[in-house]
Amino acid sequence: MIDQITVFLENKRGRIASLCRTLGDANINMAALSVADTTEYGIVRIICSDTAAALSALDAGGYRAIKTKVMAIAVPHHPGGAADLLEKLDDLDVDIEYFYCFSTTDDMAVLALKIADPASAAEASWAIEKAGFHVFDQDEVE
Amino acid sequence: MQEILHAPHEKIEEIQLEGIKKTVIQCYENVAFYKRSFDEAGFDPHSIKSLEDLQKAPFVTKQDLRDNYPYGMFATPLSEVKEIHMSSGTTGVATVGGYTQHDLDIWGECFARGIEYANGGKDDVVHVCYGYGLFTGGLGAHYGGLYSGATTIPMSAGNTERQIRVLKEMGSTIICCTPSYAMHIADTALEMGIDPARDFHLRAGIHGAEPFSDNFRRDLERKLNYHVLDVYGLTETMGPGVAIECWEQNGLHLAEDHFYAEIIDPNTGEVLPDGEWGELVLTTIDREASPVVRYRTRDITRILPGECACGCTHRRIDRIHGRTDDMLIIRGVNVFPSQIEDVMKTFDQVSSWYQIEVDTDHRSLDMVTLKAEVNPDFAFDSVAAVERLQKEISARLKTALSVGVKVKLVEPKTIARSEGKAKRIVDLRKGIK
Ligand SMILES: [Zn+2]
Repeated sequence: MIDQITVFLENKRGRIASLCRTLGDANINMAALSVADTTEYGIVRIICSDTAAALSALDAGGYRAIKTKVMAIAVPHHPGGAADLLEKLDDLDVDIEYFYCFSTTDDMAVLALKIADPASAAEASWAIEKAGFHVFDQDEVE
Repeated sequence: MQEILHAPHEKIEEIQLEGIKKTVIQCYENVAFYKRSFDEAGFDPHSIKSLEDLQKAPFVTKQDLRDNYPYGMFATPLSEVKEIHMSSGTTGVATVGGYTQHDLDIWGECFARGIEYANGGKDDVVHVCYGYGLFTGGLGAHYGGLYSGATTIPMSAGNTERQIRVLKEMGSTIICCTPSYAMHIADTALEMGIDPARDFHLRAGIHGAEPFSDNFRRDLERKLNYHVLDVYGLTETMGPGVAIECWEQNGLHLAEDHFYAEIIDPNTGEVLPDGEWGELVLTTIDREASPVVRYRTRDITRILPGECACGCTHRRIDRIHGRTDDMLIIRGVNVFPSQIEDVMKTFDQVSSWYQIEVDTDHRSLDMVTLKAEVNPDFAFDSVAAVERLQKEISARLKTALSVGVKVKLVEPKTIARSEGKAKRIVDLRKGIK
């Protein structure tokens, strides 16, 4: 499991730019940025180099930011790669709240996944590893 | 002061009866309004033999006070009046209160009871950051500080950074201001890197002039590391000090040797027994310049039955549960802000800052939106979680108010913090003010 920062933002022009500027000024490098938006607000998910420093920079900037644990899983970069993983999760009866892709190389993509039931996350992680997917630890993303 | 606070209640009732007899005669003889009003109601001011007899007297309302602006309600010549205060005339004409030297002395003594309940006195530093001026908060607390023998700092409201410096450096032990301003001071201090719980030296806060929830009190007490005492009062009868909470925080002790309280049914005017909620009606016992007989405060509370553990014998009123004139009528339904407060305080996922906006939609129907600031305790990391919470709050409000409310979560610090009163309700409906 790795740390994800979630920020609650109102859907206002320039708000996400100033969020990124706040992190940039604090010398935080983002590995992933994903936004789930509605007409009124957006939920911004960030994976970055130094979670603690990012959280305190956001707090100081007046943002509402929290830390959430998500699972980062490598999938082979070929057609059907993501489908293999998602089908496996389905077989395991693991409910996913949301997921997004956060990095790709020539032969691999990394998906960030939030398991709906946190109690079953450890077990799911073990089963996914057993099925041949690599699950990342925090130190592997830093 | 200990003697009067612990006097047997029969003794207090004797003082009340003697005082009320004088007040009604003084009003009848010196104020044209009361003469007319008593005569019309067939009330003989000389007929009072017991406290219950006061029920024969007619009420006086805020409108009556307005109609007699500026000096019509004064029972002494202006030459005897040392000071004047006015309530904010948000709906037009202000109401005016006059104070003789005796009235100012009583006022200081009444407010000083709050300092007494906080076990305070001449060794305390009382930091007054209610606004000074026509508003009774500032000078009322100031006179209380002087009466108690404490060192009083007349800060008035505003310039929050200076307030914080003084609180830290002068070692203030008791702070008097509105609860929302106390919260603003605490939050601003934290932003400045000052921890008020550690860096201030406060023991008690005497906070009034606006309602606040138990959650808001706990928040304040945690942030400022002190004890919050609620104070009640209104310009029409004096100012803050009519009733103040003791250290027990279980109801506000009336200053019963200066004010006689009745609780009435606001619709019928009938006096209700102790324990029942209704409108607070006050009669002054020894005011000279601006006495009132059966003033309808429009504040909803009840008399708390039983004795207080602190040993003070003066009866307690419950914390104000709303105002008859704050009542909103939404789609024909009566809504009290306190009902909304009761629901909101059960949700830890949002902060104590929220705002109700009432507007009219394209079909001319009333539309209510509640904005609430997201707390860090809430795992808001998916749209589903946010929507679930919005729906849950909305459903609970619907049950409590019988009115549909759209709930909108917003970022922290986006709902206006005022240095005076918290703005809970914004009514944007045309023709309503
Ligand atoms: Zn008490």
